[in-house]
Amino acid sequence: MKIERKNIEYIANLSRIELSDQEKEMFVHQLSDILSYIEKLNKLNTDNIKPMAYSLNTTNVFREDKLGQPISRDDAMFNAPSKMGVFFKVPKVIE
Amino acid sequence: MEYEVVIGLETHAELATVAKLFCGCSTKFGVEPNTQVCPVCLGMPGVLPVMNKKAFEYSLKAAVALNCEINKFTNFDRKSYYYPDLPKNYQISQNYYNLGIDGYMNMSVNGTIKKVRIHNVHLEEEAGKLIHPEETGADYSLVDFNRAGVPLLEIVSYPDMRNVDEVDSYMQTLRKILLYTEVSDCKMQEGSLRFEASISLRKKGSDKLGNRVEIKNLNSMKSVIKAIEYEAVRQSELLDKGEAIDRETRLWDEVNEKSQRMRSKEESQDYRYFPEPDLLPVLIDDKWLDAIKVSIPELPLERKQRFIEKFKLSDYDAGVLTEEKVLADFFDACVNLLDRPKAFCNWITNDLLREVKDRKLDINSLLIKPKQLASLVELIEKGTISSTIAKEVFSEMVQTGNDPQKIIEGKGLAQISDEGLIETVIDKVIAGNPNVIEDYKKGKKNALAFLVGQVMKETKGKANPKIVNDLLREKVGI
Amino acid sequence: MSLLRHTALQIKEKIISREIQATKLVGQVFEWIKYIEPKIQAFITLNEKGALEKAAEIDKKIENRQKVGLLAGIPIAVKDNICTKSLNTTCASKILQNFIPPYDAFVVNRLKEEDAIIIGKTNLDEFAMGSSTENSGYKITRNPWNQNCVPGGSSGGSAAAVAANFAFLALGSDTGGSVRQPAALCGVVGVKPTYGRVSRYGLIAFGSSLDQIGTFTRDVKDAALLLHAIAGYDSYDSTSTQVSVPEYSDGIEGGTGGLRIGIPKEYFAEGLNTEVRDAVKSALKIYERLGAKFVELSLPHTEYAVAVYYIIANAEASSNLARYDGVKYGYRTGESRGIIDMYCRTRSEGFGNEVKRRIMLGNYALSSGYYDAYYLKASKVRTLIKSDFDAAFEKVDCIICPTSPVPAFKIGERANNPLEMYLSDIYTIPANLAGIPGISIPCGFSKAGLPIGMQILTRHFEEKKMLQIAYAFERETDFHLKKPVLKGSTV
Repeated sequence: MKIERKNIEYIANLSRIELSDQEKEMFVHQLSDILSYIEKLNKLNTDNIKPMAYSLNTTNVFREDKLGQPISRDDAMFNAPSKMGVFFKVPKVIE
Repeated sequence: MEYEVVIGLETHAELATVAKLFCGCSTKFGVEPNTQVCPVCLGMPGVLPVMNKKAFEYSLKAAVALNCEINKFTNFDRKSYYYPDLPKNYQISQNYYNLGIDGYMNMSVNGTIKKVRIHNVHLEEEAGKLIHPEETGADYSLVDFNRAGVPLLEIVSYPDMRNVDEVDSYMQTLRKILLYTEVSDCKMQEGSLRFEASISLRKKGSDKLGNRVEIKNLNSMKSVIKAIEYEAVRQSELLDKGEAIDRETRLWDEVNEKSQRMRSKEESQDYRYFPEPDLLPVLIDDKWLDAIKVSIPELPLERKQRFIEKFKLSDYDAGVLTEEKVLADFFDACVNLLDRPKAFCNWITNDLLREVKDRKLDINSLLIKPKQLASLVELIEKGTISSTIAKEVFSEMVQTGNDPQKIIEGKGLAQISDEGLIETVIDKVIAGNPNVIEDYKKGKKNALAFLVGQVMKETKGKANPKIVNDLLREKVGI
Repeated sequence: MSLLRHTALQIKEKIISREIQATKLVGQVFEWIKYIEPKIQAFITLNEKGALEKAAEIDKKIENRQKVGLLAGIPIAVKDNICTKSLNTTCASKILQNFIPPYDAFVVNRLKEEDAIIIGKTNLDEFAMGSSTENSGYKITRNPWNQNCVPGGSSGGSAAAVAANFAFLALGSDTGGSVRQPAALCGVVGVKPTYGRVSRYGLIAFGSSLDQIGTFTRDVKDAALLLHAIAGYDSYDSTSTQVSVPEYSDGIEGGTGGLRIGIPKEYFAEGLNTEVRDAVKSALKIYERLGAKFVELSLPHTEYAVAVYYIIANAEASSNLARYDGVKYGYRTGESRGIIDMYCRTRSEGFGNEVKRRIMLGNYALSSGYYDAYYLKASKVRTLIKSDFDAAFEKVDCIICPTSPVPAFKIGERANNPLEMYLSDIYTIPANLAGIPGISIPCGFSKAGLPIGMQILTRHFEEKKMLQIAYAFERETDFHLKKPVLKGSTV
């Protein structure tokens, strides 16, 4: 699989990562290498194989609809990089 | 050019659980910002979700009520997009195995039944709330995570609607179903019921769908209707000019009553769904499904039909009664006690609803009980009180929750049926109105009504009107 | 023999019998750490004050003859991707610098309940992404056996801390070998339990369907002790199982009579360092002497494991790491033009290159048009890899193979070739994909004096048998007793 610069730019945007030109170049090469290694999976026919998304066979795990203990607002916001009063503060969001 | 408008709706309903979907935080509305939060719903590093069983069962219930096929194997997927009100920057939702698929909902549009197909019903988590400060030039937004993680049911219809009447009926009927099944409180003003519309136009007669425009930020059912009307005009004007319709998302501006293209880049729509490894799949067996089915009450449309057929109520009256489940339950309870459907229907649809409206009462916490209304109807029939007095008693019952007998006794409102007593009053009235008697004898029939009125006035409305009438006729001599 | 060279069980005995006070022991531990740590760089955060307080509490309990926990007074190090309430937890990432969790991970809670003494948070490859602990956002940890070499990774700090006698026990996490491989490279015992055996609540997620918290100890009995303390059901982790936790130490000396050991040919093929091969082969001879039978077998899909792993782990990681956005906690960039710009700058400045590479790879594998070809394909091949093990365990009781294809490599040697680095996990990754438990125990040394590890794999939830098999070897050998000579060492 040949990765191109525009693929890198598209994924970087999806990933919310800003890359310099040099980094883009580096990732073009590294991801191409890794993806061509991964190509080996195509040697296998998996038409009738069920995908394994879970490591356990368990199902139906639930909790009851009961209240637990919230944490205090101070604890909740202790690590916030920016806050205003009782809110977390972020740069303006345009809808 | 004539166009056909093709409309589909996506509905989000917050489920009426006590705790959030994946943690024990409260779902209560309107509390102090960022106080109903914990590491899980804040998306702190290292936390894991555990599914609220009631939320899952509510979703199943809604899916069954909407005639969906239930996936025996269902699981949850991560839907990735960046937004500051979404703590993990992915939403736990369903994509590959929605719990309900291929359902439908019957609804009544201008008296005829129309079926709208449901594409899927699935369960997901709610986002927090973003606050945009009013001050001009503010370069920030604020986030409150209280709502983050509240269980949210999403119901996606097929684009089966063609006009706003159908859309209106769809929203009303769906709301009623969610209320009847008690899975959501459907308070639109609190955002617990929300709609998004997708609209496309096509040439009349064509079966090729045009490009679809999604409209968000619809805060009321009225906005939904207005936005669809606006969008239909906007698109038809563009098409008439030979311009193309962009497939896009637009925001409804309630103040200016128009839709605007979303400014934020929707580059993505590349949600990168994949199975949520932190939640295991759910298998739904027949036993469980049967239990869910049994828990579903008679739904509004069926109930309305039953009221019309069994109790011979008008379409309109049956509609009003089934509008709110509590009203229909109230009516059913009354009829079970005393077989007077017409009387109960009148009391509920006229008097009760007027009291509720005038006194701004909460219909879900009425003080008056069905047994009391049944007693009132009996008291009228027995002649203990007149229907005029009954109105006064009823109003008192609604306000206090007291039994009618108690109110009648307390205020001395029992009807006077003692002929001797009434005769004394009649004599007094006749003596005081010789002219009227003259008029009557000359043939002015409505003079009698005046006399009856005077007698009733003298007895503060308590005289039995039939006896008054009979005695008066006798006295005046017919 | 210095106190610090004891096993955890031995030191616990001394504390309970009041031969030594926990506070004294903790004092010695920190004295040693201050002396040697500059050379090793195993820790990101030290918890000296907290440790001394806890030690005093335990001394008091013992003095008052109160009941004490399973791990009473034992100094333990915790990998810095496991949340500790009120104690910095950075995941070795700048994006979590100064992050102080408001809650304890399930395992940390267990350690506290069992009276262990947490001495500090250990270094790792940023977000546990790596096999050398060179990818830390803070420091490079060095191998106590040779400080020019890596300790392995990603739990390199924990492995080094146990090997360098800083801690008697340590916790790590293993997504593709991150406990077993550094254990092998540092000459200690490393256990990755069955997926679901130990709660992941509070473990900062990397690959959620693969991550499992594991143990570092000086010998197998200590591993049984620590695993017993942390295993078990947790209602906060949907993937933690209700399978009962056996007493792992009971019958650990049971021996290996009649044991059927599987030798998978794919694990002894090209790419395996000859010294490692020889060490493992010699180890097998010991089992033979103990009466075990060997079954040559094939795990035919082994060659696909690394490819499958790098898709699945990174797909999961790309979404697990989306939450580091500068809104709720952690690092935020200085200046920004709007929210998206803030996200991009924060993440670009906060994450290191390896993390970025994996986030990008993961997002690529999930993105529109590629999901089927990558994520779905990998999930299907994962089924085949698991089936390989299921079939093998029909015929054998355990599988023995090398832990790492090479002993500790030089710092910087593989740093510029991500793919080559990925291949160093080739023998450990399959167990994570299948969810089965694995242990790495010391089984020899290279000519250069670097430790070599051997891996034992068993069926799901057969940790007890696995420990028993490991102990049978350990009892016959003294590889686990050798200690690195640390310069200026008074130990």
